[in-house]
Amino acid sequence: MTVALEANGLGKRYGRIWGLSDCTLAIPAGRVVGLVGPNGAGKTTLLHLAVGLLQPTTGSLSVLGGRPGTTSAQLARIGFVAQDAPTYTGLSVGDHLRLGAWMNPSWDARLAEERLGRLGLDPRRKAGQLSGGQRAQLALTLAVAKRPDLLVLDEPVASLDPLARREFLKGLMEGVAEHGASVILSSHIVADLQRVCDYVVVLVDSRVQVAGDIQELLATHHRLTGPRHARGALPGDLLLIGESQTDRQSTLIVRTDGPILDPAWTVEQLDLEDLVLAYMTHPREHERRPHLEIHR
Amino acid sequence: MIEFHLDTRSGVPPYQQIVQQVRHALRLGLLEVGDQLPTVKEAVAAMAINPNTVLKAYRELEHLGLVAARPGIGIFVAKTLGDHSLAAHGPLRQDLMRWLAKARRAGLDDESIEAIFRDVVRSASAEGVA
Repeated sequence: MTVALEANGLGKRYGRIWGLSDCTLAIPAGRVVGLVGPNGAGKTTLLHLAVGLLQPTTGSLSVLGGRPGTTSAQLARIGFVAQDAPTYTGLSVGDHLRLGAWMNPSWDARLAEERLGRLGLDPRRKAGQLSGGQRAQLALTLAVAKRPDLLVLDEPVASLDPLARREFLKGLMEGVAEHGASVILSSHIVADLQRVCDYVVVLVDSRVQVAGDIQELLATHHRLTGPRHARGALPGDLLLIGESQTDRQSTLIVRTDGPILDPAWTVEQLDLEDLVLAYMTHPREHERRPHLEIHR
Repeated sequence: MIEFHLDTRSGVPPYQQIVQQVRHALRLGLLEVGDQLPTVKEAVAAMAINPNTVLKAYRELEHLGLVAARPGIGIFVAKTLGDHSLAAHGPLRQDLMRWLAKARRAGLDDESIEAIFRDVVRSASAEGVA
């Protein structure tokens, strides 16, 4: 399997503060990856490192097999839409396309015009007069029309209303269906990620908490509810992600490959939102999480 | 042509929802042999979902022998579900209604009735009866 992005011990320090630390990831190609985490978790830092806007302080990063931002060939293979989909306010929609055609050797003019036609965007309109949704669509069109192998989108839908958000995601997924690019997008709207992503990376406090195929993660994470006294009798190969207690009952979020056979526990499936929230509520500090401790 | 929809709250994986919706349409006669399913691009545009999800569902349906891909054209229904049994639905439904009335007279609530039904279906298929 080819790898879209591979990071080893990657870190970025701003002055005395680490924006990202000890990040080790291998994201396969051909996926639509959701990067989730609270504000300030390091999502934008990771994406800016991936497109070559930032240089790492520690560790190594390889994107599509090369170091980001080093050669023009590497730049040509990556499409990037920064946060809030910046466009040139004073330029028209058509000017943006001409600029795109000029600066990108692999520019697909037919694709760009077709997309804008479908969206009903008049090429003579100034970008400054567009709505937030239209501007985001224009920025996406520019990124898609350079026919990249990897699309990187930083919070592409955060500022859009629900209709514009759905339209944007449709446009993005159509682009993926037609051209098969890998996608990495950051968002904190988990419901959107559930629709479009098949791989998730959870980032909290500048560290990767969990990363993997969404269906696999959902199949191996469970919510257990049971009497508090049964808590100590759980098998030791469970990975405890989070827990809460009342005086009688324990509720645990665990990760395990095997089935949980103890009848004392009610086992429930998690959805993506539960899973992401569990990792966000109980972020781990160290690389290795301690196994479930057994005490009675 | 049918249109897919996605229920993100159901907990059923999205690709299985598509498989279920096709099976459902086949069983109800909404889809017949030779009908074309939405292209991956159409399905993706209708639901704003990941194309890999649609591809996975179509592969599963193909594996089940329900659809066949014609390269470059699209995915077509190859087999229907329950076409011969449609005529039998009426009388079977009536039998079940009678049984249901009996169960209610015996004091069972809906939850117990559904539990019995599921349990019997499961144990019957385990014994190879159904």
